[in-house]
Amino acid sequence: MSRHVKIVGAVAVAALLATACSQGSATRGTTADAGGKVTLRYFTFSAAPDHVKDLAAIEQAFEKENPDVDVVVETAPFDQYFTKLQTSIAGGTAPDTFELNYENFVTYASAGSLLDLGTVAGDGAGGMDTSAYAPESLNAFKRDGKQYALPASFSTVVLFYNKDLFDKAGVPVPTAGWTWQDEQAAAEKLTDRKKGVYGDFQPVQFFEFYKTLKQAGGAFLTPDGKKSAFDSPQGVKAATWLVSKVGKTMPTEAEIGGTADYDTNLFKSGKLAMWHNGIWQFAGLKDVPFQWDVVVEPGDVSKASAVFHNAVAASSTTKHGKQAWAWARFLSASPVAATTRIQSSWELPPISDQQVLAGYLKDPKPANRQAVFDSLKSIALPPVIKRQQEMQDAVTKELSEAAAGRKSVQDALKAAATEVDALLG
Amino acid sequence: MSVQQARPAARAGAPVAHAGPKRRRGWRYAGTVALFLLPSLVPLTLYTLIPMAGSFWTSLHEWDLITDMRWVGLGNYAELVGDPDTQAAFLHTLYFIAGYLPLVYVGGLGLAVLLNRAMPARGLLRGVYFLPVITSWVVVALMWKWLLNPASGIVNWALGLVGVSGPGWWTDPDWAMPSIILASAWKDLGFVMIILLAGLQAIPREYQEAAMVDGATAWRRFRHITLPLLSPSTFFVVVISLINGFQVFDQVQIMTGGGPGGATQVVVSQIYDLTFRYGRAGAASALSWLLFALVLLVTIVQIRGQKRWVTYG
Repeated sequence: MSRHVKIVGAVAVAALLATACSQGSATRGTTADAGGKVTLRYFTFSAAPDHVKDLAAIEQAFEKENPDVDVVVETAPFDQYFTKLQTSIAGGTAPDTFELNYENFVTYASAGSLLDLGTVAGDGAGGMDTSAYAPESLNAFKRDGKQYALPASFSTVVLFYNKDLFDKAGVPVPTAGWTWQDEQAAAEKLTDRKKGVYGDFQPVQFFEFYKTLKQAGGAFLTPDGKKSAFDSPQGVKAATWLVSKVGKTMPTEAEIGGTADYDTNLFKSGKLAMWHNGIWQFAGLKDVPFQWDVVVEPGDVSKASAVFHNAVAASSTTKHGKQAWAWARFLSASPVAATTRIQSSWELPPISDQQVLAGYLKDPKPANRQAVFDSLKSIALPPVIKRQQEMQDAVTKELSEAAAGRKSVQDALKAAATEVDALLG
Repeated sequence: MSVQQARPAARAGAPVAHAGPKRRRGWRYAGTVALFLLPSLVPLTLYTLIPMAGSFWTSLHEWDLITDMRWVGLGNYAELVGDPDTQAAFLHTLYFIAGYLPLVYVGGLGLAVLLNRAMPARGLLRGVYFLPVITSWVVVALMWKWLLNPASGIVNWALGLVGVSGPGWWTDPDWAMPSIILASAWKDLGFVMIILLAGLQAIPREYQEAAMVDGATAWRRFRHITLPLLSPSTFFVVVISLINGFQVFDQVQIMTGGGPGGATQVVVSQIYDLTFRYGRAGAASALSWLLFALVLLVTIVQIRGQKRWVTYG
């Protein structure tokens, strides 16, 4: 397929579909200014809005070390990020470097959109020195033996709880030994719908489902990855656990009313006792007027915590491979980047240096930061397939049908399994 | 998706511009004509015809926007025809039209008749009712989303005052489409009103006066004089509203995103999702062409059928 046809196609899609999609700054071209300085574009979702300053600090440190490179940061919210990235790649204006998460890495790597970093990693002793990285993180972004992206950060999901609400109700606070039953019992005691206080909040969607499924001892896909395996007793158990909270210890869809950041605001306003969310929320909870802490999420037959991995990749079309590599490496493994991430409670750097990581524990809030590292002992990684988004949407859609009481959990899972099998087919 | 670009169908019997002695005018004449057409022909070719051809080409391929296109012939079309999600999207679109069209027409007609009478602040009122038409859909959709918020919206609050427990509106699959229909009709009411108002004012006063002399009631005058003489305007409004109805997207995307549970997933939002969520630009282009074919068919049927009920002057 010639490039022209692709361009005509891109124009056609953009024009005929005539949506409100604006590519914004992601369509800007790469330029080298008069001084021979290389402009390197970096597109990211994890920096805005809470950590733009922290990224700027990393960027400045990098530019100090590499005076010939000018890094230009572009951000987009997560829910628009991949649309913009995809369109800019299709339009031939891909950013030189961009952030990818583990779930989408396979799609982009197999599409040939990513630069094999081994080819630009420099030669000689420096080479592809990977000792700074935690090996399992590094391997997550390898494909066919090639390093297509460098792990830049990771985060986990834990159980946040409002200590004041627990104390007031005389309910013992969650511990690492809790199971679903303990959580449910506490959530029922803590829910006071008249006062608008809810005991629990765990979104009913794909990401919570594959995790609770593993907690219940089930698997999402068969071992060969060719068929769904979640329409099982364990699947029913996990989905029932999620769905049963809605309208009892957790607000319904209608009560939430599509409000953005509803759960964050509910927790911040002191009206939510337990909240399943990621450690990226730490920074935003610094100033709330009540005591809160975190604990490893309760399990069922076993513990399983969700881990989200983000990486930096370079576009296969970038003209500045060397610089892209230098930036990706700096962003992921430099001491500056690692300490910035730790000090700002952003996400965790995927580095092997335990001493740097230990700095994370020094921050006094939340007290039980150790839970973040404990949660890594038993993790649940998301199932990844080629038609990822369709799978996520299908599972979320069927689960919300069950949550709203329009379908039984069994029927919803059966329907979701049929759809996922078709996507794998 | 634009109301403004469409023009009323040419009036039958109006003088036709090129009527005249039939003879070869020669290249010189053709050149002059082409020159005059250029300002509209160039953008039409660049922004409509070429992209349409491009999208047809794309529809014959599987394309995720990032890898090379893969030829599948008519595979996308074959898949879409049997696909339950596509069928549902067409059904939802028809549901939208079935609710939206009568509501916007009857509402617009009522307003037009009302604002055709002498009354204080008539000009101001006409302006006020037209305001939503020129307001951005994003603003209107967000406003309605707030009005119809099941938990904190003003509509359910007001219903609560009179002892009615309001529905879940756009969070409830049974009420989501009616919510979108309501918002859409509200926004387009002013457009229908303006067109019909112009139509009403073109009806010669003598007809009404003659009927009055004959002792016809207001209802009979409306039914047998106003409505038939308004039919060209009605025809135009129906054609445009139908086309707009088939292309409904903005309000759906903002108010429900196709949810809850896919209950408001219409054809264009399906096209959007296929392209930008699922990386299937080929299938999305094929669906665009299916929609185009349907709209074309419906419009042809309407134009053919107008002879039966549209009365010109």
